[in-house]
Amino acid sequence: MSETSAWVIFIAAIFTNNILLTNFLGMCSFIACSGQIRTSIGLGTAVTFVMIMTTILNYVIYHFILVRFGLVHLQFIVFIAVIAAFVQLVEMFVERFSPRLYFALGIFLPLITVNCAILGASLFMIIRKYSFVQSVGFGLGAGIGWAVAIVMLAGLRQKMRYSNIPEPFQGVPIAMVVTGVLAMAFMGFAGMVSIQ
Amino acid sequence: MADKQLACMTCEPKGLCRGRGLLTLKDGAWANNPLAIQILGICSALAVTNRLENSLVMGAALIFVCVGSNLLVSLLRKRTPHRIRMIAEVAIIATFVIVFDQFLKAFYWDMSKQLGPYVGLIITNCIVMGRAEAFALQNPPVLSIVDGVANGLGYAVVLAIIGFFRELLGTGEIFGYEVLSGQWYTPNQLMILAPGAFFALGIVIAVFNAIKGPEPQENK
Repeated sequence: MSETSAWVIFIAAIFTNNILLTNFLGMCSFIACSGQIRTSIGLGTAVTFVMIMTTILNYVIYHFILVRFGLVHLQFIVFIAVIAAFVQLVEMFVERFSPRLYFALGIFLPLITVNCAILGASLFMIIRKYSFVQSVGFGLGAGIGWAVAIVMLAGLRQKMRYSNIPEPFQGVPIAMVVTGVLAMAFMGFAGMVSIQ
Repeated sequence: MADKQLACMTCEPKGLCRGRGLLTLKDGAWANNPLAIQILGICSALAVTNRLENSLVMGAALIFVCVGSNLLVSLLRKRTPHRIRMIAEVAIIATFVIVFDQFLKAFYWDMSKQLGPYVGLIITNCIVMGRAEAFALQNPPVLSIVDGVANGLGYAVVLAIIGFFRELLGTGEIFGYEVLSGQWYTPNQLMILAPGAFFALGIVIAVFNAIKGPEPQENK
């Protein structure tokens, strides 16, 4: 595990081990915000940025503080605090220096705190014992993978608005089934590279 | 005991929360099922349902965390300043998740390994946070416990249904015992892989919709 190159992990996190389509993380905002391509691109970008930064921060905090002082069992509460604080910081920063971007991202920034993909990426990084460079590759890849998936679903859902769907399946259920088909398509990448 | 009495006095005159308690229970477990109707907390519902056993453990975890955090949030609801209530809620939830995680690690190491990061991810499970925010902040402790049980149960039942069908169709087994004989049933591997999870949940939600009747779903 530990000798896999960061580049391989980066590719694998996008395609073969897509954090959304194989690990099911970040489903809530995935279903809720995939109505339009524009919004999903905004959200995807924000998630990618926050994910890579928080994996780096959490890596440093985990290895240099929690492990050193034997506080590993507190990892959940520390990680979620780091993520919440970072999101808040980014929000203030963006608001101050780039109001246009701030309005473009709108409510997506605070929503990211409760996106389980962010916390999940940090937890996977610990469980799979990644080194620092590998963690960076994984964080970036997982974020891009999530963004790719949500943009694809948004495109499909825009088309689906014109199709005739059985009544009980309208709305969320059909989105789930379509995501299943997407996941099936992504299974085609399996074997290309693999992690875990 | 004092708490119980206090809660009942604030409840309707029908006695031990009979009035609102039962309503709360019904609402959480069926009419407003957090998973199938409100579509909350689906990440873990998809991830751990490849086996019935995992689904049951995860359901138990959510009931525990939901009841615990509801109770604590409700007890502290008059002391918590409004502006920092979110952080307080997250801290409380995380505490209970850590307790459960440590319990699993101590007594059921294999299960803890299988569930992986998904136990930790209960912290970001919208159901727990949603109930703390929407219910426990306004209601007395006993009623909040009922609500926690109801929502946890609603989640656990749906999880068990999905887990049952995925394990049955995916491996032909239940709890590791062969149910569908290998002589005439070829296990459909797809069901225990990722796409099967999406299909199964989609169908379960559709069935719930169909049973509930043609009430207009949100049309986004």
